[in-house]
Amino acid sequence: MCLGVPGKVLEIKENGLALVDVDGNQMDVSIRLTPEVEINQYVLIHAGFAMEIMDEEAARETMRLLKELEEINEFATRVLEPSAG
Amino acid sequence: MNSQPEYWNRLLDEIVKEEREIALMEVCGTHTMAIAKSGLRNLLPPNLKLLSGPGCPVCVTAQGDIDAVIELAGKPGVIMVTFGDMMRVPGTTSSLQEARSQGADVRVAYSPLDALAIAQRNPDKEVVFLGIGFETTAPAVAICADQARAQGLNNFSIFSLHKVVPPALEVIFSMPDMKIDGLICPGHVSIVIGLEPYEELVEKYHRPCVVTGFETQDILEGVYMLIKQIRQGEARAEIQYQRVVKNAGNPVAQQILEEVFQPADARWRGIGNIPGSGLEFRPEYECFDARKRFAIEDREDIPIKGCACGEVLTGKITPQDCALFGRACTPLKPIGPCMVSHEGACAAYYRYSPPTPSKKG
Repeated sequence: MCLGVPGKVLEIKENGLALVDVDGNQMDVSIRLTPEVEINQYVLIHAGFAMEIMDEEAARETMRLLKELEEINEFATRVLEPSAG
Repeated sequence: MNSQPEYWNRLLDEIVKEEREIALMEVCGTHTMAIAKSGLRNLLPPNLKLLSGPGCPVCVTAQGDIDAVIELAGKPGVIMVTFGDMMRVPGTTSSLQEARSQGADVRVAYSPLDALAIAQRNPDKEVVFLGIGFETTAPAVAICADQARAQGLNNFSIFSLHKVVPPALEVIFSMPDMKIDGLICPGHVSIVIGLEPYEELVEKYHRPCVVTGFETQDILEGVYMLIKQIRQGEARAEIQYQRVVKNAGNPVAQQILEEVFQPADARWRGIGNIPGSGLEFRPEYECFDARKRFAIEDREDIPIKGCACGEVLTGKITPQDCALFGRACTPLKPIGPCMVSHEGACAAYYRYSPPTPSKKG
C-alpha cells in the first residue's frame, strides 16, 4: 500500500477536496491530511488523499523519472520477451 | 536530485566494493518490487544481501481474517468494497473474486472515499470497506469513518485489518536466527510516522535505519547511506527520501489515527500475534466497526500446504527457495498472497528475476 504519485494542485474546492493534476489527468483528491496546501503546490497522493506537500523541483523530477520508466516498460513489453518462468 | 548516470555509477561502485557480509532488510513490499524492477539485486556481490520483509499489508493478513472477510462478502445485502489486489488473494476455500463470480456484491475501489459514495447511493444495502494497509492508508480510512459519522451514515462500516509497522520491526530485530544489519525503511508509511519510531528502534537494537524512496536512485542512495553507517560503526535513523518525508511525520494524519483508532492485538502471517500492532476502532467509532456490526468471530488460520509466504515475509527464504514458486504457484494461479499482491515479494521476483537454472528446459 505504499504506492503514491505526485500531483499538482489546481484548485481548492469545498468539503476538504482539491482538484489535482496527475500526469495530465484531473481528479478530486482529499486534502484533509494537508489542510495548509495551496494552489500550484505539489502533493504526494495515495488512495485519493494528499499525504504531504512535496518540494516542487523534486516532484517534477519524480514525474520525469516515472515517465521514463513508463517508456522503458512500454518498450520492454512491446519488444523484449518476458524472462520469467 | 542528481540524475546523471555517472552519479548512479559512483553510488553503485561504493556499494559493491563492500566486502563484509551485510544483510539489509527492505521492509516495505513496494521496495521489494522497486528493487526487483531496478535489477539492483543482480548487481550486488554475494556478500551483500537484500532481504524482503513483512511490509506488504495484503501478504501479512492472516488466513483466518481473509476467510472471515470472504464470508462477510457473501452475506445477502452486503456490498464489500476493497482495494484491487485483495480480490485474488486465496482464502482457505475461496477468494473475493470467486465469491463475486458466485453472486456476492464485491467492488474494487481506489480510495476508501469511493466506499462512502457507494454507501450514500445504496441506502438499502450494508456497505463494508475492507481496511487493509499500514499507516499510509489508515489515516484515509480514519477520515472516512469521521466523515461517515458527520453525515450520520448508518449503512457504512469498515472491516479493519489495519496494522502498524514499528512493532513488526521490533519482532524482526528480536528474532534470534535473524542477522539484519540495517533497515531500508518504508517511504510512505514514514510520511505519516516520521523518524521517531526508527530512532527508538535504533536506540534499542543499534542497527541503522534509513527511510528510503522508491525510484532507483532513491534505493541506491538509501543502500549507500546504510552501508556507510555500517562501515563507520554508526547506527542512526536517517531520511534519504527528504523530498516528502519530514522528521516529525504528518501531525494531522497522526492525530486522526489517534482519534479514530486504538492499538489492538493483530495476527501477522509468518509471525503470529504481535501485541499492539493492529488498529481497532475506539468506542466512539464502534458503530463503524464491521466486526462488531456483523458479530464476526475470530477464525483459526488454516495453513496452506506447501505455502512458504510466512518465511518469505520474515526474510528467512527468498521466493525462489519456495518449492511452489513458478511451478504450482504463479501469478495466474497463486497459492499464497505474496504471489498476488502488487507488493508481494514472490510477484516481484517472478516478474523481474531471470528463471533459476533448475527451472530451465
